[in-house]
This record gives sequence, structure tokens and C-alpha cells, in this order.
Amino acid sequence: MSYLILYGEEYEEIKKILSELKEETGARVALIVEKNGQPIAFSGEMDGVDTTSLGSLVAGNVAATEGLARLLGEQGFALMFNEGQNENLHINLIERKFILAVLFDKRTSLGLVRLRAKNASVKLEKVFTKLEAKMEKEHRKMGEKESPFEDISEDDIEKLFK
Amino acid sequence: MALLNPRLRELISKIVYYGPGLGGKTTNLKYIFDHTSPTTRGELITLNTEGDRTLYFDVLPLNLGTIKGYKIRFQLYTVPGQVFYSESRKIILRGVDGVVFVADSQAERLDANIESIEDLQENLREYDYSFADLPYVLQLNKRDLPNVVSADEMKKLLILKGEPVVESIAIRGVGVMETLKQAAKLVLIKLKKEMR
Ligand SMILES: Nc1nc2c(ncn2[C@@H]2O[C@H](COP(=O)(O)OP(=O)(O)OP(=O)(O)O)[C@@H](O)[C@H]2O)c(=O)[nH]1
Ligand SMILES: [Mg+2]
Repeated sequence: MSYLILYGEEYEEIKKILSELKEETGARVALIVEKNGQPIAFSGEMDGVDTTSLGSLVAGNVAATEGLARLLGEQGFALMFNEGQNENLHINLIERKFILAVLFDKRTSLGLVRLRAKNASVKLEKVFTKLEAKMEKEHRKMGEKESPFEDISEDDIEKLFK
Repeated sequence: MALLNPRLRELISKIVYYGPGLGGKTTNLKYIFDHTSPTTRGELITLNTEGDRTLYFDVLPLNLGTIKGYKIRFQLYTVPGQVFYSESRKIILRGVDGVVFVADSQAERLDANIESIEDLQENLREYDYSFADLPYVLQLNKRDLPNVVSADEMKKLLILKGEPVVESIAIRGVGVMETLKQAAKLVLIKLKKEMR
């Protein structure tokens, strides 16, 4: 598969699950990245921190940890936790294809984040399963009226670089 | 793997700069970072050794503009070129939509270029990605140096499938945007074909 379509309906569901997770735990940010580093969705705000970069680094971190697991003859590590002086980062895998990361500080606890992240992951897994089925069914077409690519020309692409 | 989000009206694809150590991959990204407005790009993240060699990867999110109301975004990655970081290169290549191969034009780096192209193909094979179908651009970098192999000679040795070739001097930015443009073009054209 060379691309993934994040249909509007499922995208909204994912956002809702993330925002609930954030609310329930009092976390600062909850975000989903695809394992290759593509940002899917996030909830929450961080002053001066680029969530796209955060996503790339989280994905890189997970990939390196998985390499480590392979080297050690492990299947993988389902869960990762980084503890900082102010910020903590809880990371877990969904379906082995997506990564859920929750950034939180002292106002909440690891136990609570872990519990809620687990629940959210179950819900998210269902949404991603639905999304994949939809892509199959729609023959990976846009599902919405116009595709941005139906009639793009070399000219349109040239213009991006003006 | 490109990501299309109709709700946000955006398309995000991943382009990886590949090539031998010290060839100028990171220099390409730094130039792009320095010469695009802060509103169109995110942070340039570099994971380096003390000596400024790429240890794991660099990544730069870039917003090129819109086509038909869709924001066209790219995530530009570099791999670490040094031979022993093979595992990291493989990781970064996962889900790639297009590759820029940054070749070092200096005569003494000719073998390193060839080795790195072989390494790229080997890694693509491991993911079952077809090189034939991959949007791919060859950049001949460091054209400013005195000991370079002629462009014709390099093309003869390194061109693999009629890919676009751009001669560059990445430290001065010569050819850097042109390379990115060629790669972006191939990625978008491929997606266009696939999405019909
Ligand atoms: N003369 C000259 N030097 C260049 C050019 N492009 C890059 N360099 C220099 O080559 C050195 C290596 O460049 P990098 O961009 O760090 O190389 P890299 O491919 O990222 O190397 P790794 O991270 O080890 O894989 C730096 O000192 C650059 O300034 C060029 O076009 N001409
Ligand atoms: Mg580098």
C-alpha cells in the first residue's frame, strides 16, 4: 500500500478519542503517528513545540527500540515510557502500525495515563480496522467527490516552487 | 506511505535523501531550512554525533503550497551515510514515497557512491519496494571541487533507470531546490496515477 486515506468520518472519531484521552488524564498532548513517522492526528497544544517533529521523533524512537528488541530476540516492546524532570512521555503501539503518544506532567500520574491509553488504544484499533476496510471497499479511492489529483498538471507542480 | 486527509485537505509524503557518508545530504536539508519561510516549514531536527555526522536521521517538515486546495506537505529525511549505520538507514526508508540519491562527485568517492546505491537497492528489496516504480532523483553534488569526476562519466556509472539528474553545490544551494522539485514532481505524478 503506498498511501493511506484518512476519511473524514474516521478522522473525526480518532480526534475525539484523543481529546477524551487528554481530558480524562489531564495530559498536555495526545497524538497518533503512523509507524513511518507520518502524523495522523493530535489533541492538545504545546507552546513552541512542533507536533510534526514530535511525531517523527516518537516514530524514530519506536523504530530504534524495535530494532533493539529484534537484536535481543524479543517480539517487540509494546510500551515505552520516558520520564523527564517536568514532562513525561508514554508511548504504546496500536495494531503494530500506529503509535499513540501521551505527553503529561506532574498534574497526572503514570498509572492513570497507562490505564486510559490502553482503553483508548482498543477504541482506536477499531477505527483503524474500519478505515482499512473502507479503503479496500472504495478501491482506495477518495470517497469524496474530487480527488486533488484528478487533473493536476506539471504546471501546478511547477507553481509550488515559485 | 503518503497520507491523504480530505478533511484537513492535506497530503503528506515522505522523501528520503540517501547516499554515501559526507556526500552532502544534511547540507541539502539545511539549505532548504535556511531558505524557506518559517511559515512554510517546521523545525529541522538533526540527530548527530559530536562531529556533525548524522547518527540516526535528520527530518524537516515542509509545506510546499497548495494544489487544488490541498496543502502539499513533505517530510524530508536524511539517512546516516556511514557504512555501519545500515540498520538505521533501513528504518528510515520504511514507508518512503521518493528518494533523492546524493552522490559525491569527488573521484575518490566513486566506489562509495556505488556501494551506497547497492545498499539502497538491497534495503528496498527487503521491504519489497520496487526500485523500478520508485520516484528517484540523482543529485551529483560537490561540483565545485577540483577533483571531480566529469558529469558524463558519473551519469554513465550511476544512472539506473533514466532518472532526472541534477548537478549541485549544496553548500551554496546550487541545484538544491531543483532536486527537491524533481523529486516532489515524481512523487505527485505517481500518486496521481495510483489514485485513479
Ligand atoms: N565543497 C563542497 N562541500 C560540500 C558540499 N556539500 C556538502 N559539503 C560539505 O561536506 C561535508 C559533509 O556534508 P553533510 O551534509 O554533513 O554530509 P552527509 O551526507 O549528511 O553525511 P553523513 O551524515 O555522514 O551521511 C560538510 O562539511 C559540508 O559542508 C558541496 O557541494 N561542496
Ligand atoms: Mg548527514
